[in-house]
Amino acid sequence: MPAEPAAVPRIAMRAIRKAFPGVLALDGVDLALRPGEVHALLGENGAGKSTLIKILTGAVRRDSGEMWLDGQPIDPGSTGEAQAAGISTVFQEVNLIPTMSVTKNMALERAAGRFGMISWRKAREQARAKLARLGVDIDIERPLGSFSVAVQQLVAIARALEDNTRVLVLDEPTASLDAKETTALFSIMRELKARGIAVVFITHFLEQVYEVGDRITVLRNGRLVGTAAASDVSRPDLVSMMIGRELGEVERAFSEKDAMAAGPVRLSARGLGRKRVLEPFDLILRQGEVVGLAGLLGSGRTETAKMLFGAISADAGELTVMGTPTRNAAPRQSLRAGIAFCPEDRKAEGLVAELSVRENIMLSIQSKQGWLKRIPRRRQDELAREMIAALGIATPDAEKPVGQLSGGNQQKVVLARALASNPSVLLLDEPTRGIDVGAHAEIIKLIRKLCKDGLALLVASSELDELVAATDRVAVLRDRAKIGEISGEQITRDNIVRMIAGDDGRAD
Amino acid sequence: MMAEQTEPRPVAMRPRMKLHRAVWPLLALAAILIVSGIVSPGFYNIRIVEGRLFGNLIDIVYRATPTALVALGMAVVIGTKGIDLSVGSTIAITGAVIAWRIQMGDPHLVVLMMALGAATLCGIWNGFLVAGLGIQPIIATLILMVSGRGIGLLINLLYGGTNPSFESALLQGLSTGHLMSIPTRLFLAAAIFLALWLIIRRTALGLFIESVGGNAAAANLAGVNARLITFVAYVLCALCAGWAGVIMTADTHTSDPVSVAMYIELDAILAVVIGGGSLAGGRIHLGMTVIGALVIQALTTSILISGLPPEYNLVVKAVVVLFVLLLQSDNARRAITSPFRGRAR
Repeated sequence: MPAEPAAVPRIAMRAIRKAFPGVLALDGVDLALRPGEVHALLGENGAGKSTLIKILTGAVRRDSGEMWLDGQPIDPGSTGEAQAAGISTVFQEVNLIPTMSVTKNMALERAAGRFGMISWRKAREQARAKLARLGVDIDIERPLGSFSVAVQQLVAIARALEDNTRVLVLDEPTASLDAKETTALFSIMRELKARGIAVVFITHFLEQVYEVGDRITVLRNGRLVGTAAASDVSRPDLVSMMIGRELGEVERAFSEKDAMAAGPVRLSARGLGRKRVLEPFDLILRQGEVVGLAGLLGSGRTETAKMLFGAISADAGELTVMGTPTRNAAPRQSLRAGIAFCPEDRKAEGLVAELSVRENIMLSIQSKQGWLKRIPRRRQDELAREMIAALGIATPDAEKPVGQLSGGNQQKVVLARALASNPSVLLLDEPTRGIDVGAHAEIIKLIRKLCKDGLALLVASSELDELVAATDRVAVLRDRAKIGEISGEQITRDNIVRMIAGDDGRAD
Repeated sequence: MMAEQTEPRPVAMRPRMKLHRAVWPLLALAAILIVSGIVSPGFYNIRIVEGRLFGNLIDIVYRATPTALVALGMAVVIGTKGIDLSVGSTIAITGAVIAWRIQMGDPHLVVLMMALGAATLCGIWNGFLVAGLGIQPIIATLILMVSGRGIGLLINLLYGGTNPSFESALLQGLSTGHLMSIPTRLFLAAAIFLALWLIIRRTALGLFIESVGGNAAAANLAGVNARLITFVAYVLCALCAGWAGVIMTADTHTSDPVSVAMYIELDAILAVVIGGGSLAGGRIHLGMTVIGALVIQALTTSILISGLPPEYNLVVKAVVVLFVLLLQSDNARRAITSPFRGRAR
């Protein structure tokens, strides 16, 4: 059955809004899914993709906005309700249990049987039938974990598919599949499409979007950037939608930048890399210079910064810090050598939520000094006060647990910790993630100032305009490899977008 | 230029209920003592017999000492988000070493050092398993918990094992002796508490332990050597258990690996939790942990003295402990008090 654009969309979501403490995750987002289409949902980290999906599938309740399924208003309060209505999801981390058999996994949520007893014979039959629909023929009594990730993925999809499924959400299904497995998955997706199911496909591989996607919706910072047919959007346009900002507000301050002569080399990497993580790359950071790292999600931005800091150990190449060659230094040694790092994911890797603002700020400088030489409390209070004032951290006092601050202020605390350790090289991974516009400009200004004060800076960012506004040089990454470097007046959004999209490699 | 004017922020929730955490365990302790005073007349009497203090209150502190010492070490380990189930076995090994070396005729001060050394070895073993090999703390320390008492029995066998008892003026002086009418073990415990407090709070160790327990990944990226810190915590814990072992062994003049300090790990964990520590790690409350140990002992002593049939002891204890823990939980307190406050938050 060819997929005709139907008058009534399968799913219509309008003006969806959702706020979490400290973050506006979705701000008036629309999404329309047609029956029998593969709809790619794109956006960088924090764009709001997963929140939107969670609202669609009932895992999270929206604050406001409306939703219709085939013209009927819906308001799923749980994933079970959504599933009963015909909306199924396969989440990124396959939430199956590897030690249990395929049958048991498939029976987990909806066990066949009566009076609370499971009929394993029936469960086996159902499992076989469901797998057969996807053309999967495996021994269903074997533990799931003994199969490849690709098969596990298919089992998860088979489990999610019911007779009445009208919408299937696939959250990064290809993240851990090789090319052949991906092709197999795509043919299954096309088949589902032919059955009239609306498939939502979340990925950050652009080729795959064009290979299998019919239409594309792009989100950024919780807002809808746009929806278009895949054939109508060029790759550079798509990249630009994902990471650019249309506003012409950001102007490069060339005069100021050019006035600054880059100082001596602080850090240099030659052929640094690690198998399966990052292709070997060269990179030099000089005093008084801001170097940007550009690339899409999954291109290796974070890995590059972490490798320079020693949080990911390299298995090839050499790293020279302040003229001294180092070999696989741990973070604490990097810190002593004068490097500081602000991680992207402040909740998981940045802050100790229970500890106070002061304690969080002290952590790096204290570990630089060692545990025996405790920094006197008066000096701690002083330093905390200085940092709170310098970065404009909005907190009633330095003793407040950092977990109770808003997102932007938490980010500033992470930055304050790095600065307090008095580094010569500062590596910032997404320094403005989840920060409102005002604080955003402040942080960029701060980066420029730090640089002028003699720091060597590396800024990994998914925001193109941030890179254009703040950096002297930009290293561009694609598919876990550094593909080029541009500097000075070459740093424009178009150039970076073209390099990332791989139109013609180097932009000259 | 960065100092943006901070807006008057929405005041945090629970403006009134924000009492210091320490209030609840202290209130519980006071309540237990008051109820005991009512139920058992003369509960508070303290008298001097043969130059030393006697009375229920003294008895509570006296008996709580070993548990409190073990709990202090446990608080440190729990601060790293870990747990040490092997403290009872560490005590058994410490006791066996004491009896063995005294029978072998070593100077008693050397014996004391050897006993503490044995406890330290136990801590090094646990620390190696947890920090070095990355085994989950509950499993890693289970190994020594199960095997430690057997090791104690084997040590007893080194000298025939028929009569593992001893006399030692030095050790018994430390455990059951008294100084200026006050039991010596209280001085000893106070000194250990002070030493531990200095190590935790006057160096940066406490900050590092709490950061590792709160978020190990973040601590690592901030430059903290999370493995080393975790290792040190287990050694400190075992050392505290070792001191408790010295006191308990000297008290009974004998090495009894099979039953000494049975289930002390559970009382110690309970003391830490009553003192406001969370098994999720990230905070060390040394002083409150001692209060926690006192709550447990006060409860035990009070029930014994009250004349309640002994069958009820454990049940009453469980109910009171549950109540104390509920008082500490913000959620539970809110649930209990909200009907009286309407829906206004």
